[in-house]
Amino acid sequence: MKPLVIKKFTRNQQFLISISLVLFVALAGLLVNELIGYRVVAFMLLVTVSILAMFLEIIPVLIAAALSALIWDFFFIPPRFTLTVGTPEDRILLVMYFLIAMINAALTYKIREMEKSLNEKDEKAKSILFYNTLLNSLSHELRTPITTILGCTDNLQANAPGLSEKNKSDLIEEISVATVRLNQQVENLLNMSRLESGVFKIKKDWCDINDLVYKTLQRLEANLQKYRLAVDIPEQLPLFKLDFGLMEQVLYNLIVNVTQHTPEDTLITIQADCVKDRLLLTIADNGNGFPENEIDKVFGKFYRLKGSRTGGTGLGLSIVKGFIEAHHGTIKLENLPVMGSKFTIEILTEKSYINKLRDE
Amino acid sequence: MSSASILIIDDEDQIRKLLTITLQVNNYKVSEASTGKEGLSAVSNHTPDLVLLDLGLPDESGHEVLRHLREWFSNPIIIISVQSNEEDIVKALDNGANDYIVKPFRTGELLARVRSVLRKASSEPNIPTVKFKDLTIDFVNRSVTVNDVAVKLTATEYSLLSILARNDGKVLTHKYLLNEVWGASHQNQSQYLRVFIAQLRKKVEIDANRPVHIITESGIGYRFIGNKTVL
Repeated sequence: MKPLVIKKFTRNQQFLISISLVLFVALAGLLVNELIGYRVVAFMLLVTVSILAMFLEIIPVLIAAALSALIWDFFFIPPRFTLTVGTPEDRILLVMYFLIAMINAALTYKIREMEKSLNEKDEKAKSILFYNTLLNSLSHELRTPITTILGCTDNLQANAPGLSEKNKSDLIEEISVATVRLNQQVENLLNMSRLESGVFKIKKDWCDINDLVYKTLQRLEANLQKYRLAVDIPEQLPLFKLDFGLMEQVLYNLIVNVTQHTPEDTLITIQADCVKDRLLLTIADNGNGFPENEIDKVFGKFYRLKGSRTGGTGLGLSIVKGFIEAHHGTIKLENLPVMGSKFTIEILTEKSYINKLRDE
Repeated sequence: MSSASILIIDDEDQIRKLLTITLQVNNYKVSEASTGKEGLSAVSNHTPDLVLLDLGLPDESGHEVLRHLREWFSNPIIIISVQSNEEDIVKALDNGANDYIVKPFRTGELLARVRSVLRKASSEPNIPTVKFKDLTIDFVNRSVTVNDVAVKLTATEYSLLSILARNDGKVLTHKYLLNEVWGASHQNQSQYLRVFIAQLRKKVEIDANRPVHIITESGIGYRFIGNKTVL
């Protein structure tokens, strides 16, 4: 069943709509009353109430029903311009009119409620599915490093005679790598819950985009050793008001993502520019690109490309999207015509052109 | 030579144990407190050379402890914070903490911070010329050279550099730097700071995009890394 569209009107708007529509139809009825007769007008009003019932809540609809019954009685049923009803048929008609209008309103209301509970069930099923994915992904991504750490420390503590110095330093190295990985996952989860908590706020200050980009690249030095890099930031690029920490995380996650989905020696190009008052940041690579049918899904929570390498919870890009949206910006991903793909960030924010200050 | 006394105020047993071992191995005298109250009385009983203070204590907030300590205690305080909490860190730094470290931290980083604040506390202020690897600053003649080539700095660039360099190894908040270089009325004009830091890096760093001396501390401020030798 296709759900009825319930427009989001405020209570007051709903009253206004229901009363004015009834008045409008009644007025139209007055104009054509001579031609079609007052009983047809009743049907016109009844249809109006039914239509209202489809879009509005029950109280405004009931009011429309009562109002239209009154109007019909007063303006249309002979003797006109009195509340008196002349003939027994009209009396029955008026009562029936009133009943049908009420039943109409009540039935529509009931259908709505049923839909609501159906939707809720649907949502619940979706969120169960979502949390199952979450738990699967998490249990893998968190337990792998924890298992490594526990195993390594067990080995070291047992200190078996066969354990060489080389073995020991290898085990310690494994603990270190696992801990860094664990920390990254926890960091991602914390960022995600910050975003979803609702208390998340951004702190904008003037940002030197050059500093932002190179600071991030410095943090990623180890990851980027086997990649080629090209950075293109115009000398005269203004300062922009952004949350430095969040934007750093955005760039960090995007570049990590590129390194996860492209082979070594890929060229990663980072460009910044100011176009139509907006900060435009792009991160492109000449790797294999994304499967076209998955491109729209990559920003989804816990989404991981089919057959992608391990080491991610599928949270990185959704955090990126969340942080960009917190800046009221947009991010999109596209495949490049020849090869590779490109992330494009656009943020409209305050900028400052004091590039050279007068100095004493 | 380093047998400075360090007090750790942290409620987590594991963190205290880790810090104690790390510091003792490096010849520091260590004492511990697990609550703010305990910490405050420990400081007043045997005035440590340095306090490591966790901001997230169970009884009093770390900020409260910091405020109480700064009413009379002038030795360095390094705060321990959790990640992604720049606002908290900036608040503590502006309220008299000398430096910060975030969990999870590496011990190398911790020891570098400890050394730098202790050195700061013990060094005499009147050093005429300092050499930081490739960068030399002559505070008397207000002259700067990079790899022995004189660099021409504007007055503002020089005062920014000298404040950074005098606080070698220590983080300085945006607010502090604006206040020191431009005065209290410019505290919110962080765009000046951005522009001058960029200009300064172009003049004193070998590669302005990969600075080794003037390091950005995201959302907090800047840190000068010198590895100095006093001439």
